[in-house]
Amino acid sequence: MKLNLKIWRQEGPNVKGKLVDYPLDGVDGDMSFLEMMDILNEELINKGDVPVEFDHDCREGICGSCNMMINGEPHGPQKLTTTCQLHMRKFNDGDTITIEPWRAKAFPVVKDLIVDRSAFDRIQQAGGYISVNTSGNTQDANATPIEKEKADEAFWSATCIGCGACVAACKNASAMLFTSAKISQYALLPQGELEATQRVEAMVRQMDEEGFGNCSNTGACMVECPKGIKLENIARMNREYLKAEVVG
Amino acid sequence: MAVLDSKVPEGPLEEKWVNHKNNINLVNPANKRNIDVIVVGTGLAGSSAAATLGELGYNVKTFCYNDSPRRAHSIAAQGGINAAKNYQGDGDSNYRLFYDTIKGGDYRSREANTYRLAEVSSNIIDQCVAQGVPFAREYGGLLDNRSFGGVLVSRTFYAAGQTGQQLLLGAYSALNRQINRGKVQPFNRHEMLDLVVVDGKARGIIARNLVTGEIERHGAHAVVIASGGYGNVFFLSTNAMGSNVMAAWRTHRRGAFFANPCYTQIHPTCIPVSGEHQSKLTLMSESLRNDGRIWVPKKKEDAEAIRAGKLKGVNIPEEDRDYYLERRYPAFGNLVPRDVASRAAKERCDAGYGVNKTGQAVYLDFEAAFKRYGKVEALTRGHKNASEEEMIKLGKEVIKKKYGNLFDMYQNISDDNPYEVPMKIFPAVHYTMGGLWVDYNLQTTIPGCFAAGEANFSDHGANRLGASALMQGLADGYFVLPYTIGDYLANEIRTGEISTDTPEFEQAEKDTKERIEKLMNASGKHSVDYYHKKLGLIMWNKCGMSRNATDLQKAMDEISELRADFWANVRVTGSADTKNQELEKAGRVADFLELGELFAKDALDRNESCGGHFREEYQTPEGEALRDDENYDYVAAWEYNENPRDAKLHKEELVFENVELKTRSYK
Repeated sequence: MKLNLKIWRQEGPNVKGKLVDYPLDGVDGDMSFLEMMDILNEELINKGDVPVEFDHDCREGICGSCNMMINGEPHGPQKLTTTCQLHMRKFNDGDTITIEPWRAKAFPVVKDLIVDRSAFDRIQQAGGYISVNTSGNTQDANATPIEKEKADEAFWSATCIGCGACVAACKNASAMLFTSAKISQYALLPQGELEATQRVEAMVRQMDEEGFGNCSNTGACMVECPKGIKLENIARMNREYLKAEVVG
Repeated sequence: MAVLDSKVPEGPLEEKWVNHKNNINLVNPANKRNIDVIVVGTGLAGSSAAATLGELGYNVKTFCYNDSPRRAHSIAAQGGINAAKNYQGDGDSNYRLFYDTIKGGDYRSREANTYRLAEVSSNIIDQCVAQGVPFAREYGGLLDNRSFGGVLVSRTFYAAGQTGQQLLLGAYSALNRQINRGKVQPFNRHEMLDLVVVDGKARGIIARNLVTGEIERHGAHAVVIASGGYGNVFFLSTNAMGSNVMAAWRTHRRGAFFANPCYTQIHPTCIPVSGEHQSKLTLMSESLRNDGRIWVPKKKEDAEAIRAGKLKGVNIPEEDRDYYLERRYPAFGNLVPRDVASRAAKERCDAGYGVNKTGQAVYLDFEAAFKRYGKVEALTRGHKNASEEEMIKLGKEVIKKKYGNLFDMYQNISDDNPYEVPMKIFPAVHYTMGGLWVDYNLQTTIPGCFAAGEANFSDHGANRLGASALMQGLADGYFVLPYTIGDYLANEIRTGEISTDTPEFEQAEKDTKERIEKLMNASGKHSVDYYHKKLGLIMWNKCGMSRNATDLQKAMDEISELRADFWANVRVTGSADTKNQELEKAGRVADFLELGELFAKDALDRNESCGGHFREEYQTPEGEALRDDENYDYVAAWEYNENPRDAKLHKEELVFENVELKTRSYK
């Protein structure tokens, strides 16, 4: 099929960017969206042009690298799918597709479609862990049984891939879905309970410092999340935060 | 040149590690503050090593090419991690895990390392649970297990089909804790381009900041290479697109021996290639083989009709299906090890029974599992007279809970619904068992340079059993390296800070810059991918699932020609002082073009079939691998010598004191 691509090109963080038109032919339905981008880049290189830079790595929907805004939706039109797992059979011959980077103050553009998501790392570093030494002198793993439902819920919160689609989807560029998923995972597990107060305070503080906006309950984050991370996490984070405020 | 000294401690197998820990040198906590360690790669091995070294008190710098350590390719591992916990009471023990691993690796790994791996495996699970890794649990609240290829017990701990993700996020959280404490300094979007050796010791690295293009010098008292494997030498593989051999290969170029490059694991259950455009292959977890049955049509005409689109697999009656793994290997059935399952699939497809357009696919069928689980589910829900339809529906729900994400992924990629029609699968390049040669302390032949996880060669022999890569990465990083590196660093407490203003650093930086300039200034005929794909085809056709001497010789010649063409004619657009993914790829493919030739040379040199290395000239009349223990029971450790084909072979003879070398049979 033939496509008309409109792609955001920006040489660096301090250079003005713009949408550039790229007509592309020979796209096959079995191609992933990123393979379609590979073909475009091959064409650009063969013409001596500079290819479009975009983040990608595992191409199995799990590393969280890929991050394209496709026709105004993070990761494109298919629900519960990362860009790398989006296939061209979801598009039609002759379609115009607009491809842009995530847009948020806390995610500055590095180049073209690549943004800097290190703010997510810093939120995690502020306390997104359990303070246990890696000495191996821990108690037997079965010494503390954990209710299956709770373990499963913790797991589902923990499956967040940190891609940033929630931030990109949110009109306030809020990072609450991401942050709350991590807070939930630990709050649900007995191992993480002990430092829940400090954790939620530290992570929320860092989230605010990074320049992410607040949650105004529009729910776009959940709709666009490729992993189906639930809004309940945000409610749990708010409860944990309130609890911390009261206790603290 | 150095004689390979494995430094395996004396004494009985089960006491070696404990004795070794009791006798090696320690560094006192006050001195650790004055010692710097560089860790290259932040997957399971790198993150866990860096976190632990930081926690012990060393000053650590980590390097990864991704924007965050959380994206390392360990995250994609699906199935699980082994540990000899014997929670199921099915007869598991450290010895059994050790034995399965040695046997699974076709007796080409080092006994002492493999035993240590089994020994610390239980600790890993305890550690990860304490860190908040949400493993799957049973209703009683205890940890659940499943079983994997090549073993007869249930010892695999898992988190749905996302075990690698959860374990990596666990290690990443431990790393974050040390970053927060200031003990670890992360250098993300950085790539190691060279190792700096001063007076025979590793003293730092040259790295490139992938955003600014800046070439940086970093000094340290020791360098740990934990940069993963080199499966991407095949272009198409299950590895992440960026996975590369650069750190290990540049270390090799500076003198570290590279061991067993030809040992590649071909994973039997991947989504088949769909067309020319394909950039990578996607694995379907081996755990699916617990419940899926693998088959092809019994009749050739059925297979032909399927390929022509005139017949569907679901419509072939039971009696006309050939469950070839169950037929050939009744004891292990669909759960034979990966190398055996892969070769059996190739054999059927080569014989004309393949079931997709290209003839390069077999079925992985869950119909029997839907029925089996559905029956149990119906009974436990009190539906004593459930219809078959109802049972199948319930069975599908059970399977969805176990493997839902994998089924979704399959449907996304192939556009087939695996709940309705059997999956199609085919073997693909997955994991590489070769890597930097290391001794028992995980030290390479360059003092002060260590290698951990997939980047070293030590624990899996010629074939890796499922669920053991995660185990090795974390064992090395959490529990082995932090001890053994101390033995080396104990002699470094008086060294003082490592200066990066020495001639060695200057030279390494100069070499690196020249290499980059050469890539930027080639004539510009073809893209990097053009060369990578060509190399991949040579590798797959001539060094792939089965090999022979004639093809291997040809492969060496073709790769060497391709390499010369690459350096003269590659086209890298853009500039070197900004983010430039083409330049990044060019540097990596340049290394693959060297490694590929050494790979073929190693395969040519090994006149036997073992594990992931199958030489057509050496097989039994039934087509099983024929090992030659008398002549090839050694680790092939190659010393760099300008041109890969001139690399010098060193042999580490393998000594087996605790297991008897037997023919590997899964019948």
